[in-house]
Amino acid sequence: MKRLRVAAATLACVLVFLSVAGSLAPRFDYSRQDREHIGSAPSPGHWLGTDDLGRDRFARLLHGTRVSLLLAPAAAVVSMLLAFAIGAVPGFAGGFAERAAKTAIDLVLSIPWLFLLLIVRAMLPLNTSPGTSVTITFLVLGLLGWAAPARILLARARSMRQAEFIILARSTGIAPYRLLCRHVMPNLRPVLLAHFWISVPIFILSEANLSILGLGVAEPLPSLGSLLRELETVLSLRTDIWRFAPLVMLVMIVSSLQIAVSKQEVPS
Amino acid sequence: MRSSILRRLLLVVITIVAGGLVSATLVRCAPGFGADERQLDSRLSSDTIQAIQNAHADESNIVRFFFASVCKTLRGDFGVSRSLNRPVRQLLQERAAVTAALAGKGLALAWLTAALMVFATWFVRSAALGLSVTLLSGTLLCLPAGVLALLAILLNQPAYAVIALIVYPKVHRYLSNMVEAVRGMPHILTARAKGASESRMFLWHVVPVIKREVLALAGVSIGIAISAAIPVEALCGIPGIGQLTWQAALARDLPLLNNVAMLVIGCVVLANSGADLLGEEPRRGA
Repeated sequence: MKRLRVAAATLACVLVFLSVAGSLAPRFDYSRQDREHIGSAPSPGHWLGTDDLGRDRFARLLHGTRVSLLLAPAAAVVSMLLAFAIGAVPGFAGGFAERAAKTAIDLVLSIPWLFLLLIVRAMLPLNTSPGTSVTITFLVLGLLGWAAPARILLARARSMRQAEFIILARSTGIAPYRLLCRHVMPNLRPVLLAHFWISVPIFILSEANLSILGLGVAEPLPSLGSLLRELETVLSLRTDIWRFAPLVMLVMIVSSLQIAVSKQEVPS
Repeated sequence: MRSSILRRLLLVVITIVAGGLVSATLVRCAPGFGADERQLDSRLSSDTIQAIQNAHADESNIVRFFFASVCKTLRGDFGVSRSLNRPVRQLLQERAAVTAALAGKGLALAWLTAALMVFATWFVRSAALGLSVTLLSGTLLCLPAGVLALLAILLNQPAYAVIALIVYPKVHRYLSNMVEAVRGMPHILTARAKGASESRMFLWHVVPVIKREVLALAGVSIGIAISAAIPVEALCGIPGIGQLTWQAALARDLPLLNNVAMLVIGCVVLANSGADLLGEEPRRGA
């Protein structure tokens, strides 16, 4: 199992490196149109063919993977910060703050995730520039994905309240802010890290769902989700098999991330 | 028992009200709220335009706006959809049955498959079977619901099968984890030592232990199915609540979104509370 995890982590690192390095090469411009080859099959010039606007599918796949792989962790960071603020801090403080945080977490968790995402994304502007749309999409993911880790952080922080080292630190007259930063946060770091890695594939999949529905990243900027929209026009599995490349890439990334974090300590 | 039911009902009401308030706040804060394209009509007089502006003025206060819409909802007036130009109540009535049928069939298929798989792995202790079942559910977990819906269209498969494929891996994972946790318990080892058959052990010694968690999982799976119905209905062209949500989102039909949000939240919270209530052990002496 350990070997499998190492292999999965290596694959994930290779995919990140290839997508970042490849997308920086000037040869792979995601928006350049080749009007001579519109909707063409794979060729030495276009390894995965071109789309209906004559853009190189391989270049778009590299850029799309880079967008998803760089922004999903960024959204996960936002999500973990919120989870710490909403879950760990009130959990450690106790009393009314803890009860209010627990109720808020339960309320958010009772709403179906994709439904909530769709509603909130729909409230925000849709006809924006590609850069703004990608920021909004991943920011919404980050701002809404805090509830599950917050619940676990709250439980962990609550159990830490009566720990001996906390009582000892309190008896020395330490300031609450310092107590939180120096003693509570380092002990919650493994939980935060585990949930960070769990959130990344979830956010990649959620972005894919939003983009397939037309509520994600705007054209011409590619993301793994927006590239998957092309599957709507696939007529046959046999003749258009190379158009499934974004799906293969998505499955490779998500599965390698899931396997790599599968045995990490995630308290329930 | 009665107090438990009342407490849960209260929780359902609070959740729906809070969900509606959050939804109304989002609607109110969304860009373009209160804008009416009729204000751009040069044929209208200034008095008419003023009247249109005044009609939206009441909606500027979020709390008043929300409670006004709740009062309307309680009177049975769900408002009119701006994009479809039809009463929201009529739209919800028409489409709720479609989604219920789709999600119901999908859930039944997912639970049946997951239960069969768990049952099979309990009986046939084969590493190959265990690995293939884990691989199948692991692969399905890596596929977005939208992609599964597109593949179903391409392969001419029914939409409820997509719901089943989305719900199945989650249900299977939790079910198999629960069963594996019970497998090593002392009462199972004792029953096995006494020569109890595998099916008897499963039905009499495993199922009662995991019953409560299974009921809770059933409640959660309803939420997953409703959530999955959005991309499935939108991409497969099925006129249900999911497609309505998607259309409302794209057309920024905010009153419709608000009502759909309250309906969906209500259904999910009721399902979860119902499952919890069914799984509760009756108190001794009650």
